Amino acid sequence: MEHFGLWVGAFLTLGIYSFLYRDNAWYKLCEAIFIGISAGYWVVILFWDNFYGKFWIGREEEPMLWVGAALGVLMLCRLVPRIGWISRWPLAFIVGATAGLWMMNYFSSNIMAQVQSTIMPLLGEGYSASFGEIVGNFVIAVGTFAGLIYFYFSKEHKGAFGATARLGIWVIMITFGASFGYTVMSRMSLLIGRIDFLLGDWLGLIQ
Amino acid sequence: MIVEPQQARVVIPGTVRFLLLAFLAVVVSITSTATASEPNADSTLLETQQVEPVTSLVAQDFKYDNGERIELFWVPSVDDRLVDGLVTGYEVYRTVNEGDPQRLAILPPGANTFRDEAAEIDSVYSYYITTLAEETSAKSVATEPMTSEREWLNRDRGYLFLIAFVIAAAVIFFVETAKRGKKLFIRKIAGLEAIDDAVGRATEMGRPVLFVPGIHDMDDVQTLAALTILGRVSRTIADYDSKIFMPVSRSLVMTAARETIKSSYMAAGRPDAYNDDMVNYVTDEQFGYVASVDGLIVREKPATIFLLGAFFAESLILAETGNSVGAIQIAGTARPAQLPFFIAACDFTLIGEELFAASAYLSDEPKQLGSLKGQDVGKGIAMFFVIAGTVAATISYAWDIGPVNDVLDWLNQVFSSN
Repeated sequence: MEHFGLWVGAFLTLGIYSFLYRDNAWYKLCEAIFIGISAGYWVVILFWDNFYGKFWIGREEEPMLWVGAALGVLMLCRLVPRIGWISRWPLAFIVGATAGLWMMNYFSSNIMAQVQSTIMPLLGEGYSASFGEIVGNFVIAVGTFAGLIYFYFSKEHKGAFGATARLGIWVIMITFGASFGYTVMSRMSLLIGRIDFLLGDWLGLIQ
Repeated sequence: MIVEPQQARVVIPGTVRFLLLAFLAVVVSITSTATASEPNADSTLLETQQVEPVTSLVAQDFKYDNGERIELFWVPSVDDRLVDGLVTGYEVYRTVNEGDPQRLAILPPGANTFRDEAAEIDSVYSYYITTLAEETSAKSVATEPMTSEREWLNRDRGYLFLIAFVIAAAVIFFVETAKRGKKLFIRKIAGLEAIDDAVGRATEMGRPVLFVPGIHDMDDVQTLAALTILGRVSRTIADYDSKIFMPVSRSLVMTAARETIKSSYMAAGRPDAYNDDMVNYVTDEQFGYVASVDGLIVREKPATIFLLGAFFAESLILAETGNSVGAIQIAGTARPAQLPFFIAACDFTLIGEELFAASAYLSDEPKQLGSLKGQDVGKGIAMFFVIAGTVAATISYAWDIGPVNDVLDWLNQVFSSN
């Protein structure tokens, strides 16, 4: 049974990789299997985690769960075209609640925490900072300011304002470049994981 | 018949008797000396044991917090004196849900308050204080079991509320200004300017438009922003009589997207052209969804692809596949780790804030424009404090000037209230 699973895994892995050459029937088969199994898997997970695990078990201790359940039932009204418009209510509730919750989160992380992290002495504590630290602090302060200028939409990017905005987008792009390299390296580990499966677990060529 | 043992008769010589008596006298003398010294030892022990515990220990929930604080107050031990004081410190103990006591802190003599800042609102707590002396200690009476509570108002976030209030007031001001007919200026955003052209290109080529709203649900503000842009895109598509298809990985997003597109088609006067199949659910599984969208791209060969919303590891896979079929791609996300991939593989990229500004930019409605201008006020406030804080920190650390130090402390207090 274990060998059968290995062969199925290898068949599906190679099928997905065949997309690198071109779209083909093997890839389509693997794609359909992947989508079908994962969709079914998520149905089961959501049922047991959310409906049973949260609502059914906690329905007596936590009355608010009934509100969520009621909103869920309203969503099902979409299945009846005549009363399908009722499903907009839970949707409106979700959108409104999301906007409200995120508003304070964004205030907190994008304004307060950002400004607090940027407030630092350029010269270092008691002149003790090295040249590298001083440059680093300067880049953080100027980079944050210039970046904010770039995202300021109420003024045309012209003159000194435009020059600062250009500096801001340069800082952002340099940051993205570093992030790109870092993330590509982490993605390589996914490829290595699959190759390890094919050459190690399946073919036994590497131990 | 019981036989009784005969008693032995022992005769002790006179010299031995004298030595025995002398030995007994020495033993009695030593014993009496030791007995005489015992009262001193007892009195010392009594002194150390007499350290008094703290009294009137009270534990109460800290008001106006998130439910993580409980405050303790007590009257220090009567032996806690500056002169001839016996107390060397206090230990604060806590029991959680009647479990084993945990020591929270060791406090110096003179302490009479303590704040437990690691409480949880679902647990029951009891506290006691142990008074420490050189060789002994005294445990106080434990407090009654209690719970911490979360209040509606959190005083820690007072400054956050103040800044949010200022920005909200600015939003209202600009909304009212826009409603009165005053034109509010918003600079051009290249990615959004390209939307009409991109949809027009798809129409001319007779190929569809693909819209991917990320892989998060409706509880992500990026998805909301994506659906707002979808409203404008689908309206243009309805006007141009082009075709859109939109695979989604969340059922709620499917419902919301269908509503959005339907509204756009109705606004364009073409409700008959709308079809529920424009939006279809694939799977919640991240890479299952990606496999499906990739297959869709190479089979349908859309002329225009929108990748707007919350993306993760799939961002480059989708963008590269779109690039391989020659589609014009407009991407946007607020996830910094994915933006580099979109910038590398797409024609236009909405970077973070630009994605959220898109709805106001595209709609040209007073409410949304006012909101965008209000956000700019927030950025202005942030820029001001970045400069002021950096200058204050530099002066404070370099020259240690009292008033500047106070300003720096205040700024740190303000922006740590998040």
